[in-house]
Amino acid sequence: MKILVCISNVPDTTTKITFNSEQTEFNTSGVQFVINPYDEIALTRAIEITEKDGGTVTVLHVGEASADPTIRKALAMGAHDAIRVNAAPRDAWFVANQISNVANGAGYDLILMGRESIDHNGSQMAALVGELMNIPSISICKSLTLEGNKATVDREIEGGKEVAIVETPFIASASEGMAEPRIPNMRGIMSARTKPLNVVEAVAVDTLSEIISYDTPKGRGQVTLVEADNTDKLVELLHTEAKVI
Amino acid sequence: MSILVYTEHSSGVFRKSTFEALSYACAVSSLTGGKVVAAVLGDPGAEAMNMLGKYGAEKVLHASGDSYKNFSSTVYPATVADMAKAESAKVVIIPATFTGKGFAPRVAARLKAAYVDGIVSLPDTANGFKVRKNAFSGKAFADVNVLSDVKVLGVVPNSYKLEEKSVAAEVVTFSQSSSEGKSETVTETVKSTDKVSLPEAELVVSAGRGMKGPENWGMIEELAEQLGAATACSKPVSDAHWRPHSEHVGQTGISISPNLYIAIGISGAIQHLAGVSSSKTIVVINKDAEAPFFKAADYGIVGDAFEVVPRLLESVKKYKAANG
Ligand SMILES: Cc1cc2nc3c(=O)[nH]c(=O)nc-3n(C[C@H](O)[C@H](O)[C@H](O)COP(=O)(O)OP(=O)(O)OC[C@H]3O[C@@H](n4cnc5c(N)ncnc54)[C@H](O)[C@@H]3O)c2cc1C
Ligand SMILES: Nc1ncnc2c1ncn2[C@@H]1O[C@H](COP(=O)(O)O)[C@@H](O)[C@H]1O
Repeated sequence: MKILVCISNVPDTTTKITFNSEQTEFNTSGVQFVINPYDEIALTRAIEITEKDGGTVTVLHVGEASADPTIRKALAMGAHDAIRVNAAPRDAWFVANQISNVANGAGYDLILMGRESIDHNGSQMAALVGELMNIPSISICKSLTLEGNKATVDREIEGGKEVAIVETPFIASASEGMAEPRIPNMRGIMSARTKPLNVVEAVAVDTLSEIISYDTPKGRGQVTLVEADNTDKLVELLHTEAKVI
Repeated sequence: MSILVYTEHSSGVFRKSTFEALSYACAVSSLTGGKVVAAVLGDPGAEAMNMLGKYGAEKVLHASGDSYKNFSSTVYPATVADMAKAESAKVVIIPATFTGKGFAPRVAARLKAAYVDGIVSLPDTANGFKVRKNAFSGKAFADVNVLSDVKVLGVVPNSYKLEEKSVAAEVVTFSQSSSEGKSETVTETVKSTDKVSLPEAELVVSAGRGMKGPENWGMIEELAEQLGAATACSKPVSDAHWRPHSEHVGQTGISISPNLYIAIGISGAIQHLAGVSSSKTIVVINKDAEAPFFKAADYGIVGDAFEVVPRLLESVKKYKAANG
C-alpha cells in the first residue's frame, strides 16, 4: 500500500489570533506552528495501515522552508519520507493543483488529508484533488478499514453516518474517530533527522481567490448573572430580553 | 444568467439550510441580477419541490432516477456542474452541510470556479465580489475576493435568515450527460438521532467534564428535549466516549452558530470558545465563578449543575405551560 498524506502547517490551537494594523496579515511572531490536528489523525491512520499491511507513507506539504520542522515531526511520527512543494500557497486551487501534480502517475493507492485546516477552514482540499485526479473522494471520513484494494469507510452526515465501499485509488479527508493521533517517541524523533525530505518546485496555476483582510469577532458585553435559585428569571430573560425562546 | 442553488433532501423533506440558501440566493439576485434556479437530485416528490418556490426558486431543475438514490462523490458534482453550465450560472450556492462540503469543491473544480466555504455574509459586489467567511476556526473572519468568473459558495447553516417569497416554481426535468469515473457505493445509512442536526440547530444544550460521567446526561437530554434543542459536548467528553464524536464542538470539532447556546460544566477553553463564539446568545452554568467561559457569556449562573439544571428544567416546563 503506497499512501500519500497531505499536511498543513497551522498555528497551535492555544494561539490567540491577532493581525497586523492593516488587518491584512496574521501575526506569526511568537506563534508555535503544528501539524493540523485532523492531518495528525490522517497520518496516524496511514501509519497504522502500513504497519499492518506493509507499504510506505509519504507526507506532502505545499509551503515554504519554515514548515520543515512540522514536516520533520510527521516523519518522527512514522512517515517514511516527505515531499515539500516549495511555494507560498496562494489559494486552495493553487495547493490542490500542486498536490495533484505530485500525485498524478506516482501510483499512490490512497491519499489522506484532514477534513479542514484550522487556520483557513477551506474544507475543500480532498474534494478538489479528487476531482483533479478523477477519483472518488470521501469527505469527513470517521473510519477507514482496508481489505486488499477495497475499503469500507464511514462518512459523517447530518444526524448519523453513511457507510460506503470504495476501491483504491481514492482520497479521504479524516475526521475524529478515524484514529487516535500518535505522539512521536525518541526513536522516531532521532530517525526523522535522516529521512528523505525532497523539495520540488511548484507548477504555475491561476489564482481564483484572494484574502483581502481579516477581522476578529466583536466581544460580548458584561455577563448578566442570575442567582442559582432563580432559574425562572433566566428563562424570562431568554424570552423577553434575548428573544431566543 | 442565473444563480443555482443545490437543494438537499431526505425522506421527502428539504433541509432548513436549503431554504436558507434559497433566501440567500434571492438576496444575491437582487444585487447581481439573475434567476434563482434550484437543483434537485433524486426524488423528493412533487409536493416537496413546490416548497422550493415558497423561498424564491423560479425554476427547479430536476435530475431524477436511481443514480441519485445515494450520494456519490463523482456523480453528484458532475450533475450539478452540468446544471450550472446549462443555466449559465454565475453563482452556485451549496449549503455547507457535511454532504454539501463534501462535493461542492468538485463542482467548483469542474467549473474552474473558486469555492469559498464557511460564508457568513452576503457578497459585497461594489468592487469585485467579496464575501466574509469564518477563519481560524471561529477565532476570526476573512474577507475573500472571489476572482473566478463563476463562484461556488458554501453558506453556513443558521447564518442567513429565511425569507418567504411564494414564487410559482416551474419544474423542468434535467437529464445528465457527463460520463463518470469510478465511484464509491453506499451500503448503509445509519441514523443516530432524529433530532435536528447540530450545525442546523437553533438551540443547543451543551455539557462538559463538569457533568462527572455519562450516567448524568439524562438531565442534559431532558433539558434539550424540553427546549427543542440539539445536544453538544466539549472535546474531553467525546474523547472519553461519554458522548459521540459527532457532538463535539470547538476548534477541532463542529463549529456552530445557534441562536442560543447553553454551556453546562464547561470551563471555556480557547479551543472550545472558537467553535461556539458566533452563537447569538450564550448562557453559562458553572460552579466556579472564575471559569473563563463567564467572560464570553451573555447570561450566567454560578452554581452546581446538579442543582441548577433540574431547577432550570422546571422553569422551562413552567414557561412552556404558560406560553403554550
Ligand atoms: C489540540 C487541541 C484541540 C482542542 N480542541 C477542542 C475543541 O474543539 N473543543 C473543546 O471543547 N475542547 C478542545 N480542546 C480541549 C480544551 O483545551 C479543554 O481541555 C476542554 O475544552 C475542557 O473541557 P471541559 O470544559 O468540559 O472540561 P474542564 O476544563 O475540566 O472544565 C470543567 C468545568 O466544569 C465545572 N464544573 C465542575 N463540576 C461542576 C458542577 N457540579 N456544576 C457546574 N460546573 C461544574 C468546572 O468549574 C470547570 O469549569 C482542545 C485541546 C487541544 C490541545
Ligand atoms: N499547504 C498545504 N499543503 C499540503 N496539504 C494541505 C495544505 N493545505 C491544506 N492541506 C490539506 O488539506 C486539508 C484541508 O485543508 P483546507 O481545505 O484548507 O481546509 C488539510 O487538512 C491538509 O490535509
